[in-house]
Amino acid sequence: MSLLELKNVSKIYGELHALDHVSLNVEKGEWVAIMGPSGSGKSTMMNIIGCMDKPTEGEVLLDGMDLAKESAKSLTTIRRDKIGLIFQQFHLVSYLTALENVMVAQYYHSIPDEKEAMEALERVGLADRAKHLPSQLSGGEQQRVCVARALINYPEIILADEPTGNLDEANEEIVVELFRKLHEEGTTLIVVTHDPEVAEVAQRTLVLRNGRLDHETINENFTGHIKLN
Amino acid sequence: MKKRKMYFRMITASLMRRRSRMLVALLAIMIGATILSGLVTIYYDVPRQMGAQFRSYGANMIFMAAEEDFTEQDVEQGLSYIHAEELVGVAPYRYESVRIHERSIMAAGTDMEGAKKSSPFWSVSGEWPSQSGELMVGAGVAETFRLRVGDKVTVTYTPETEQEEAALDDTLDFTVTGILDTGGSEEEYIYMSLEDMEELTGQDTVLDICELSISTDSDSLSDYAAQISEHVPGINARLVKRVTQSETTVLGKLQALVLLVTIVVLALTMICVATTMTAVVAERRKEIGLRKALGASNGSIIMEFMGEGLMLGGIGGLLGSVLGFVFAQAVSVSVFNSSISFRVLLLPVTVIVSVIVTGVACLLPIRSATNVDPALVLKGE
Ligand SMILES: Nc1ncnc2c1ncn2[C@@H]1O[C@H](COP(=O)(O)OP(=O)(O)O)[C@@H](O)[C@H]1O
Ligand SMILES: [Mg+2]
Repeated sequence: MSLLELKNVSKIYGELHALDHVSLNVEKGEWVAIMGPSGSGKSTMMNIIGCMDKPTEGEVLLDGMDLAKESAKSLTTIRRDKIGLIFQQFHLVSYLTALENVMVAQYYHSIPDEKEAMEALERVGLADRAKHLPSQLSGGEQQRVCVARALINYPEIILADEPTGNLDEANEEIVVELFRKLHEEGTTLIVVTHDPEVAEVAQRTLVLRNGRLDHETINENFTGHIKLN
Repeated sequence: MKKRKMYFRMITASLMRRRSRMLVALLAIMIGATILSGLVTIYYDVPRQMGAQFRSYGANMIFMAAEEDFTEQDVEQGLSYIHAEELVGVAPYRYESVRIHERSIMAAGTDMEGAKKSSPFWSVSGEWPSQSGELMVGAGVAETFRLRVGDKVTVTYTPETEQEEAALDDTLDFTVTGILDTGGSEEEYIYMSLEDMEELTGQDTVLDICELSISTDSDSLSDYAAQISEHVPGINARLVKRVTQSETTVLGKLQALVLLVTIVVLALTMICVATTMTAVVAERRKEIGLRKALGASNGSIIMEFMGEGLMLGGIGGLLGSVLGFVFAQAVSVSVFNSSISFRVLLLPVTVIVSVIVTGVACLLPIRSATNVDPALVLKGE
């Protein structure tokens, strides 16, 4: 059984079919990239997989549970327990330090553990920035805090919506390197990106167009190592 | 345990690191709490202050003769019906017509200490008579006879006799020690001790009137009057209604006003806090969405914002209750010329009321916070 299965999923806003009968399987431990032009439904799909929205039609099976049938409350619980989120705009709490931001995720998930949060910051190379507020961090550093926050609760899937969209090339490389490490540790990754270089390090790339799955490419050369430039 | 620690860490971080925004709300709560605790202090203190003030506007009961006249013994008997600690002053008066330089004038014999207490607003330049042979003259009298403090004056009394036409004059020499200013008819009188009056007239003391100043409410005052009139045959006790009633009415009106102002101020505080909180929630929509995306339930969102609000309420209440005392003290000193003591109980009361008011004010804004859609964090700006 796949970890994640979308069966004929549609999301309809009035006349607009943001997602149009999309079917997709993601296995445990897979690293999937999603590409497509702006407005093609990538974020809509991430919202549905991330338990923040429900499809208009279709089934979304996560660990065998149909998300489309769950209440908003149990979606919150599932999101908390199984999903790690990384956003293009970082979304750190502005008045909390890097360390506290990581601990917020622990707080909602289970019990805050400062030591463990610190270790997560170490993993993303930000141990020395733990006491800094987001405004005192560069964009790349902020995104690495987000990565630390996303992985702190050992989620089954990390969903990243254009995680490198606001980063320069050097920071993009650092974040991609972090994904590679997570992948090697067995984390399932779904990464939305505009950047072919970020997409081609994944195992396969799905391309959305007008809410439909346009095509899928398997990265034959996938080795688990980065192939930037 | 650890979870609670993180909770406080988050809400204090929010208050401390987002100071400028929270300052507005804190200021509103603090001003509200200041006025609340200040006015409540005054509310409870005004009766005491006003009581003292009103009592200084003279007697609130008088004894009058039931038949022709009454004696000091009758007064003693009457006083036994009044609680000693409520009795502020007793001033017995005996009036006789006398002459100075062949001009007729009214003389009052009284107990100077009692008169001083039951009419504390009398303003005397010089001294109140303190021994025999000393005289206090009203300002009008002093002007007529060009009397000044220290002057000697001879007072003549002609006994009323029915049998003989030419009775002998009695005279007594006095030294003027004080000149009385009241703005009323008292200025046309001269005042001597009851003993001097007895000596001048050669008659035992009988009283025409006795003024009493009693510190109690109007109900027990009428009780006293009724009891004394009934049980002491020589005395007819009456309330000086005008003063006692206005005392009660003015007090009631003042307290109602204070209450009204307090309610209005609390309502304004609530509106201000609610407005600020609404702005805070709007400004933090992204953060709320993020917290929800991280798995926060509506309950924890409510808890966090309520926690911030209630903490502000507590801090504002604490600061306000201290400032309120300063405020009440300033009012008391400038209006009533006396200081008040700090009511310790008012501190927790003010803090609790501030916390409640803030909590109520936060209800609607925080409810709207729970409506934020977590999906908004994935939407680009
Ligand atoms: N809440 C919404 N209401 C109406 N239309 C929406 C909503 N969210 C997304 N859309 C529309 O759905 C389409 C897909 O959006 P989105 O998934 O954000 O695209 P992408 O992330 O691929 O750029 C767009 O045309 C967008 O305008
Ligand atoms: Mg998008």
